[in-house]
Amino acid sequence: MSLTKDEVQHVAMLARLELSDKEVEKYTTQLNDILGYAQRLQALDTANVPPTAHVFPLQNVMRDDRVDPSMAREKIVANAPDEEDGFFRVPKIV
Amino acid sequence: MKLYTKKAHELHDLLVNKEISAAELVRAQAERIEAAEPKVQAFITRTFDDAMAQAAKVDAKIAAGEAIGPLEGIPMALKDNMCTDGVRTTCASKILHNFVPPYDATVVTKLKEAGAILMGKCNMDEFAMGSSTENSRFFATRNPWDIERVPGGSSGGSAAAVAAGQAVFTLGSDTGGSIRQPAAFCGVVGMKPTYGAVSRFGLVAFASSLDQIGPFTRDVRDNARVMNAIAGYDLKDSTSAPVDYPDYEALLGQSVKGWRVGLPKEYFGEGIGPEVKAVIEKAVKVLEGLGAEIGECSLPHTEYALPVYYLIAPAEASSNLARYDGVRYGYRSEEAPDLNTMFKKTRAEGFGEEVKRRIMLGTYALSSGYYDAYYLKAQKVRTLIKGDFDQAFEKFDVLLSPTSPTVAFKFGDRTDNPLQMYLSDICTLSVNLAGIPALNINAGFANGLPVGLQLMGKAFDEAKLLQLAYAYEQATGCHSQTPDLGV
Repeated sequence: MSLTKDEVQHVAMLARLELSDKEVEKYTTQLNDILGYAQRLQALDTANVPPTAHVFPLQNVMRDDRVDPSMAREKIVANAPDEEDGFFRVPKIV
Repeated sequence: MKLYTKKAHELHDLLVNKEISAAELVRAQAERIEAAEPKVQAFITRTFDDAMAQAAKVDAKIAAGEAIGPLEGIPMALKDNMCTDGVRTTCASKILHNFVPPYDATVVTKLKEAGAILMGKCNMDEFAMGSSTENSRFFATRNPWDIERVPGGSSGGSAAAVAAGQAVFTLGSDTGGSIRQPAAFCGVVGMKPTYGAVSRFGLVAFASSLDQIGPFTRDVRDNARVMNAIAGYDLKDSTSAPVDYPDYEALLGQSVKGWRVGLPKEYFGEGIGPEVKAVIEKAVKVLEGLGAEIGECSLPHTEYALPVYYLIAPAEASSNLARYDGVRYGYRSEEAPDLNTMFKKTRAEGFGEEVKRRIMLGTYALSSGYYDAYYLKAQKVRTLIKGDFDQAFEKFDVLLSPTSPTVAFKFGDRTDNPLQMYLSDICTLSVNLAGIPALNINAGFANGLPVGLQLMGKAFDEAKLLQLAYAYEQATGCHSQTPDLGV
């Protein structure tokens, strides 16, 4: 199984990355190399093996439901590329 | 007196005995950073003014006859992926080049409470993706032992700063070896703690099921001391482990006689450089001389660690890095006629090549129709890799291996071939997949370059790693050499 340039374009769209033709070419080759290398995992029988998502078996981490102070709004929007009246400004959507 | 070669515990004694003041120490540290920086290039941001203000507070405390804590007044630096309130935090990326966090990471809060003094933020591979610090969007950091060579990565700035005397200690983060491999290349002590032992609140996320923060120091005692300050449960990190954390420093100095040390044969095979192997074998003899019982063991799924890692880490990264969209912080493309173009251009211009490659790989591995074949399969094999360690630790207290298959390589040696670069991490990846702690110490030198020794332990067995490393260090004096930068 190998990845085509069209599929690489599709993945770039999913990842919201604009790629040049040169980049599409390069990533097609390199992703195929890396995925080809990963194929060796298929040699292992894992039918009865549970997946490990996290190594430490913590479940249902809860805390008391109480109101704590929040960060100052002006400090947060200070990092925004574009801001107006304490809101994030973005290009017109609709 | 060359203050920049001294350890934190030595400097603490000098402060307590009033042989130096915190202000003198911080000033000397700032001078050393400036003197070494043209050669090493470890720092993205310097915070000298704040540091001087902090030092004055420590001196006032000493003058008033108050006791100071073990890290109080000690100059340190942080990898630039840990949030510092009011101090720029870039991840060495264009997309965060102007980001000023509105809060401190928990490790930063803890170090501030301990009185340690921040001198600046260290260079790294962009978003911690890399093994040489060549992927920084700003500049490459150089290895203080040979400035033609890389310092390792991704925490290359943090490792080089400690080796070059630019900070007494630093923090780094380790997702697949990013503390241990640069510690090995730069000849310093570097700890990757157990998953969950050090809070990651305020660490910019790369791969959430693997990332851990840990210290770089000049000797093992300092490492234990910094671990004492940063380890512990944190309500703000839902993966933080609610267990009892020992006093790591107090446990140093005990006999390691009868300790069972396992050598996983897969870590000594093909691909390990002969010069590295020779130094490690000599180190094993030293431990044997100290009474450790050495035996061979097997971690049979080792060969699968690299493909498992390079599916899981990029998959998690692609999800974590989705937040960089040019809306709330960081870089936004000038060309933003509509929302989708803004996202695509911002991310295309803001991320570097390796980061984009991993986002692409991870997005593909998680995409509909491929999830089972790649991500789920990798997570299942991860279970087998973890099982290997569980079995080995039934027979052994600690496992020992080289940290890296080679010594530090030259700039540009591996940048053309990502897979070749990924092989730098072959000895370190499994530890993150299994979530266990591992420690790098300098085992010795090959052609004037440091060779790193890795000790791996059971989950939450950091104290044992530090005790064994301490015994080795005391027996060999391997921590006493420092690179000569000619400055």
